[in-house]
Amino acid sequence: MSPVPAPAWSGRSRPMDRRTAIKWILAAAAAIPVIPRVARGDDAGQPPVGYGPDPDVLKTYHPGELWPLSFTPAQRRTAAALCDTIIPADAVSPSASQVGVVDFLDEWISAPYAYPFESDCDLILGGLTWIEGESAARFQAAFADLTDAQRAAICDDICYLPRAKASRREPAKFFARFRDLVAGGFYTTPEGTRDIGYVGNVPLPFFAGPPPEVLKQAGLD
Amino acid sequence: MPRSWAGRPTHIRVGGPAPYLFDEGGGVGTQEFVFVMSLISGETLKDSYDVIIVGSGAGGGQAAYVLTLEGAKVLMLEAGRNYDPVAETPMFQTNGQAPLRAGPTPDRPLGFYDALPNGGYRIEGEPYTNASADDQRQFYWLRARMLGGRTNHWGRVALRYGPYDFKPHSRDGLGVDWPISYPDVAPYYDKVEMLVGVYGTNEGLENTPDSSPGCLLPPPKPLVSDLLIRKAGRSLGIPVVPCHKAVLTQRLDPDDLPARLHPGNAFAQRIVRDAMRQRAACLWATDCTRGCSVRANYQSTTVHLPPALATGNLDLLPNAMAREITLGRDGRARGVTFIDKVTGREGHASARAVILAAGAMESVRLLLNSRSAQFPQGLANSSGLVGKYIMDAAASIFTGQVPLLESLPLHNEDGASSCHMYAPWWRYRDQLAGQLDFPRGYHLQWYGGRKMPSLDTGAGMEWLTGGSYGARFKADARRYYGSFVNFLGLGEMIPNEDSCCELDPAAKDRWGIPVLRFHWRRSGYELRQVAHMQETFAAVIHAMGGRVRGASPPAREIDGARFITPGGSVSHEVGGARMGADPGKSVTNRWGRTHDVPNLVIADGAAFASSADKNPTLTIMALAWRAAEQLAAGLKGGNLS
Repeated sequence: MSPVPAPAWSGRSRPMDRRTAIKWILAAAAAIPVIPRVARGDDAGQPPVGYGPDPDVLKTYHPGELWPLSFTPAQRRTAAALCDTIIPADAVSPSASQVGVVDFLDEWISAPYAYPFESDCDLILGGLTWIEGESAARFQAAFADLTDAQRAAICDDICYLPRAKASRREPAKFFARFRDLVAGGFYTTPEGTRDIGYVGNVPLPFFAGPPPEVLKQAGLD
Repeated sequence: MPRSWAGRPTHIRVGGPAPYLFDEGGGVGTQEFVFVMSLISGETLKDSYDVIIVGSGAGGGQAAYVLTLEGAKVLMLEAGRNYDPVAETPMFQTNGQAPLRAGPTPDRPLGFYDALPNGGYRIEGEPYTNASADDQRQFYWLRARMLGGRTNHWGRVALRYGPYDFKPHSRDGLGVDWPISYPDVAPYYDKVEMLVGVYGTNEGLENTPDSSPGCLLPPPKPLVSDLLIRKAGRSLGIPVVPCHKAVLTQRLDPDDLPARLHPGNAFAQRIVRDAMRQRAACLWATDCTRGCSVRANYQSTTVHLPPALATGNLDLLPNAMAREITLGRDGRARGVTFIDKVTGREGHASARAVILAAGAMESVRLLLNSRSAQFPQGLANSSGLVGKYIMDAAASIFTGQVPLLESLPLHNEDGASSCHMYAPWWRYRDQLAGQLDFPRGYHLQWYGGRKMPSLDTGAGMEWLTGGSYGARFKADARRYYGSFVNFLGLGEMIPNEDSCCELDPAAKDRWGIPVLRFHWRRSGYELRQVAHMQETFAAVIHAMGGRVRGASPPAREIDGARFITPGGSVSHEVGGARMGADPGKSVTNRWGRTHDVPNLVIADGAAFASSADKNPTLTIMALAWRAAEQLAAGLKGGNLS
């Protein structure tokens, strides 16, 4: 399957499959700001709105700046623990929660747009609740307080949808989507970008093409 | 002429230092370039112009360029806001700096950084409708509302139509022939390539024309994925050659090209020389779809409009939504009525000729909305063909994963952001011999490599990783990053009776202007073509030693409807006011002038009689140049009929 999101057909970097394209186009065709899905403490009756069709694209944005975030402290704690179960710190880079991925997830589920944010919000909040329920049932503790082995016992059941038991299918769908978002959130940070080995986005006087060691490894020398 | 409405301030912009220009020696230079973009307001509208151009994109920009350099006084109406790529392009912003990691939202359906402010499939207050509710019969219309239109964000793939593409009916009996042939257009392709700067090579391939010597810039070096695809292509008989793309791999030669473009016109040569000096070569970073602040790729706002404005002959009125072309008693176009979107007031501008380049469907809409006693079905529509035979590329995508691309040593693959190479259609002879079950071709583009991390980095890898998480996931992400190849196949759609647009009998936009209603149908030709594409994609991936998700059935077992792109979504929509020799069977003549109204010219994709598999933009520009040149001669001679 194509590692999709950004739409685009001709000449753009990430083409999108038909089904996803249609969902996106339809979402755009019904771009009515959705009713806030999560109770927001500071909500004064004005539903949050998006950044509009002509935002300042030069400035740097931070989660919470455009619309209020909505994780409860408990949800935030579970999300952070799951983030770091998926992307833990290692010798190369920090963990996902250490570089703000929880804030990004919160921005995502709180976004005042319909597709895919609305369904992601339901999926993620539902999934986090399920994780805590599972954690309590199996280990009588919060997920964030489990040992690595205990967390793995829960995650192994849901980390791969084709192998998940029927009773675990919904949590497995949650886990797949959560992992995708955590990855996208992490690798777009400076730390994640260094980790994965992206060395572009710098002006160059000429384009050298692949170096000899790359050609050799790819069997092209 | 309206004098009472609030004039918008004249916008004068003087560009500062271009931060990433390179000098000839390859080091970072600090040249200053000064760029004065002057826009008029309603208050400074002249009483009359030689030509009014509706739209500022590829067709409108090219027409304005030609006419103003020939001395014509031109008014350009643009329905969107002013847009200055030098100041507004997010050149080095990372996805992490944007809301939601720059992913698409209803506000920015192509992503946060895509250069399409206020545009999209939906524009507030400017609806369109579809006649059918059937999923397969929808048409999705991507519109821009900005100076330069969609040229600001397009992928810059700039392919010529070939000889067969202008005479499709003669070749296989389907569709219609154009009233012109490739040799009529070839000189204008040459000119456009020299002006905008297109990289590529001459390969001498069938129906894939070579350019004249000195027209093309050298292509960029291939990525490692390009080289693997080329190798796979050899084993499959698929030609993999440098793509043609409107990106400056080196700076244009200001001492040579202007004289070749405008022989005998010293005024034009001087202006174009200055304009070329203000464009830098590609700096091999940041995606072309964001636009380019150093003007290293083509967009109307950096290539066509600056020299046109520098002539002093162009008045540019943004936020002006054309609603009707007015007709004089003599049966000739008199001018254009438009809405000032800022004040909501209506204005009228007069000219000796009108050029429509609003985008194919918008130009059609404008014709249909220009009704009079003489033209009750819409202007220039005595044939009844305005809105008929609209087309969009028949496309599909496919992703594979290539182990040879895994865990490669770190290297920069940004390049020209996409399409260093491509595969032009290669089975013309087999089609002629009836060996394929679809009549027209497709070409392959692909996107891949170690691109700037985005929301999709590390996503959707379960089929390779078995669902890893934790330390294993981090290792898998490093291993697979850059190892995916995303193919895009673009195929020719044959015009059909059921793909058309008309005015919706009820729906209107916020100014009360009737909107378009679309009808859409793909034929079996396109569906079988897309099935064949899918088979080809898988074959190439397999020949690279790559993996695909799921089975790879032969084309005859693939349902093309599952894979074909939704109508309009490729944004290669053309047709609706096609050119032809017979006024009863076409809307414009061989020069893009409408048969019914000789001083009304169609200079966008609406005049296309066929769609070819090649992206339409280069052809739009070539035909607009040709049409504008002929119109300029008519204006000078005082004879527009």
